[in-house]
Amino acid sequence: MLTPKMLQALGISSEEELFEEIPEKARIAGIDLPPGIGEEEMIEEIDAILSKNRTAEDMPTFLGGGSYRHFAPAVVGEILSRSEFYTSYTPYQPEASQGMLQALFEYQSFMSELTGMDAVNSGMYDWSTALGEAALMCGRMKHGTRFLVARSVSPERKAVLKTYLKGIDASIKEIAFDPETGRLDMGDLRRNLSDDVFGVYLENPNYFGVFEEEVDEMSTVIGETPFVVGADPLSLALVRPPSDYGADIVIGESHHFGNSPYFGGPLIGVFGCRREHVRKMPGRIIGATVDAAGRRAFCMTLQTREQHIRRGKATSNICTNEALMAVAACAYLASMGRSRLIEVAEVNIEKAKRLSEMIGRIDGYRSPKFKASHFNEFVIGCPLPVDRLGKSLIDRGIQGGISLKSDFGELGEAMLLAVSEMNSEEDLKALAKALEAIR
Amino acid sequence: MTYRQASYDEPILFELEPADSKGGNKQISANVPDLLRRKSLSIPDLPESAVMRHFVRLSQMNFSVDSGFYPLGSCTMKYNPKINERISRDRRASCIHPMQDVSTVQGSLQIMYELERMLCKIGGIDAVSLQPAAGAQGEFTGLHIVRAYHEDLGERRSEVIVPDTAHGTNPASAAMVGYDVIELPSNNGLVDCNTLKSVVGKNTAALMLTNPNTLGMFEKDVLRIADIVHDAGALLYYDGANFNAIMGRTNPGKMNFDIVHFNLHKTFSTPHGGGGPGSGPIGVKRELEPFLPVPRIVKEGERYRFSYDHPKSIGKVRAYYGNFAVLLRAYVYIRMNGGNGLRDISARAVANSDYLMRRLEKKLDLPFGGRRMHEFVLSGSKLKEKGIRTLDFAKRLLDYGVHAPTVYFPQIVEEAIMIEPTETESLRTLDEFASAVESIVSEPAEIVRTAPHNTAVKRVDEVKAARDLIFSYRALTEHESMEAQRRSQAPG
Repeated sequence: MLTPKMLQALGISSEEELFEEIPEKARIAGIDLPPGIGEEEMIEEIDAILSKNRTAEDMPTFLGGGSYRHFAPAVVGEILSRSEFYTSYTPYQPEASQGMLQALFEYQSFMSELTGMDAVNSGMYDWSTALGEAALMCGRMKHGTRFLVARSVSPERKAVLKTYLKGIDASIKEIAFDPETGRLDMGDLRRNLSDDVFGVYLENPNYFGVFEEEVDEMSTVIGETPFVVGADPLSLALVRPPSDYGADIVIGESHHFGNSPYFGGPLIGVFGCRREHVRKMPGRIIGATVDAAGRRAFCMTLQTREQHIRRGKATSNICTNEALMAVAACAYLASMGRSRLIEVAEVNIEKAKRLSEMIGRIDGYRSPKFKASHFNEFVIGCPLPVDRLGKSLIDRGIQGGISLKSDFGELGEAMLLAVSEMNSEEDLKALAKALEAIR
Repeated sequence: MTYRQASYDEPILFELEPADSKGGNKQISANVPDLLRRKSLSIPDLPESAVMRHFVRLSQMNFSVDSGFYPLGSCTMKYNPKINERISRDRRASCIHPMQDVSTVQGSLQIMYELERMLCKIGGIDAVSLQPAAGAQGEFTGLHIVRAYHEDLGERRSEVIVPDTAHGTNPASAAMVGYDVIELPSNNGLVDCNTLKSVVGKNTAALMLTNPNTLGMFEKDVLRIADIVHDAGALLYYDGANFNAIMGRTNPGKMNFDIVHFNLHKTFSTPHGGGGPGSGPIGVKRELEPFLPVPRIVKEGERYRFSYDHPKSIGKVRAYYGNFAVLLRAYVYIRMNGGNGLRDISARAVANSDYLMRRLEKKLDLPFGGRRMHEFVLSGSKLKEKGIRTLDFAKRLLDYGVHAPTVYFPQIVEEAIMIEPTETESLRTLDEFASAVESIVSEPAEIVRTAPHNTAVKRVDEVKAARDLIFSYRALTEHESMEAQRRSQAPG
């Protein structure tokens, strides 16, 4: 209810007058929701609801496939809790928003370094929409009706790509993987390339955690066709940036740099491209410049690509993005530095290798299923239906990996396991022991 | 109010690396295939103290809702209650992988399921998907639903109509879904039914409408508009950016809209994070429910699970299920306010806007007659006569410790200044803002034209940024050394 003082100030006798333009037939008397509650009651209610969840801290967890749990130094949380960052708006007024702009510029700089791309924007919703947008961008770079996608990429992302491609009536053609190594089948790539192909997408490491090694050959085969590479930026601490092998666009996900999984959202899609393509790029990008006094300053730039200026001709409809996640990633990379980042990436490889060898020694399991170098994920073949295996693990207090049954039926009973520095030696042993018992 | 923002010559992180930590490039182990091994990685190694000070200084050079008033039209920059933050930091919310066994995520699913039900009641609609990551993605999702609906009827319609007052995302989303965009000229700020009739036809897939519109005016012919659109076999889409004006007074369902998106980061008070994350749930009438993205959340007895078995679904618009951390805050906000509280919020939002408009229209022009709702658009054309552009006026406001309004939008108003105060501001804040505007109007033009003076940096050269295209530290150092060289070689 408005106070009498407010009504008087507005010169009205009841608040209904404020809404008199709403036609009577469209009016409602209120909202059929219970009355509000206080903070203490709210905390109790949420506590009761959230106590039904079991977290990765309550049970050893081996899930990856696009969402990963990594350790964030305490300083990252402290930086993120600065409400000057989290309660600010998009920095359309650069003079009053230099803090956010510089942090986003630094995020772009880190991602540029990791991916090798000249221009990395300040973030897309997630890796999957970055893929959708990358495909649309390829469509602006080259005419064609077919977009080639490695079969070994994330099915979640492929599903989103399919939705995005409907808008330009383009189709997806999958490129097979080698059943022995899990790597891209180069012959199939060659067979499918044609003038009608407007882009090629693969992931490195791919969905099976396998490193694509024949990247230089791939680059030669793909030639002038727009080439999009997806990568976990953590892996890029150790491996060559995709710019090195001809990528025009590099995409990925960086929510695991300083953020928590949050049941799959928010995430933040990495999106970078070569300098010559930047005007075709979607999303917000921060540029360096100077102020009227000649001091270094930052602002959002190339806004003429964006919806608020270009409307129906914009490179994308994206407006609100995931800026705070970019600040988190920036704070994470700053606090980790080169040494710790490389160390964590190596620990991930070593732990995954160790677990895969442990499982490989158990009768009935094939681990790793692919003869290849892996990052922090790998596939195992299971001696029993993988979905039953998953349930049995849950019964034993272990959250196993992702079942590949419905998306990669050709692999039989297969599970994708992810390991990170968050998995202790005890976790690995507990999983191996449970697998031995279940078979 | 005197205001001065902190101003540091804060180096870029890469410049902070102590000299003694350089050159310590770690060798990468043999676990990486030879062909793929990285040769170098230029990321600085910094002491924690340097990192913390860096970001604290940056934060002090950043305007935010927690430090001041944001009368930013169409953005609903209300204060965000801190209880939302406390609850969202709970490890039982954050430390959950999206692919966990469904038996271990019953709490998260319950919150999402109940939030869907709440949004149905607030919106007067039958089903909701929480998947879209932001408002624009809600539009993208909604228009895919429109497309699937018509294709299901064996029709392929090619046009989406948007009024000239629409947010830029509307035409951009329509184009991304493969539609031609038809822009509808407004009449005195509102949709004109006769003009609408002249463009609606068998090719029309949908009309996208924001109500109240971006001028803050309520489209009072909305029921007739709905009839015109529906009679042509097209659907009516509600852009929820301005929902803060109507809660508990009307709803999109009652106005005969078929599809609606909500901006949880606006109406339901989740902080904007410097540009995101947001969340843009999409709601539909019953007959469109089969087309919603998958997975849907279903409740069986007291158990929740995901359901993928919806053959008519448009599929997925992003990975997983939505921005859960944002959904949780919105859940808390709605529960704490309740139905009556939300209704009050809209009353206060509209009253605050009306109050401010009455003061400011004495100093600046208010185009078009009639009532305004939660926001209003002034024209800076009078200032322009004094040689002050709207941009200068906006920059000068920053000197008074308030954020600038949205400017030059909507485009049908010359030198537009779009103001939305929201319900969380006190009359005292509104009065201070009005005084600041009044004082700027009578200031010498030169002070205004060269503003801002009290922010971290002076007027930023955005033209140079668009010309130089420097997006990373590496490019910046190359550019700065090139410029320094040019200066040293310059004659004289």
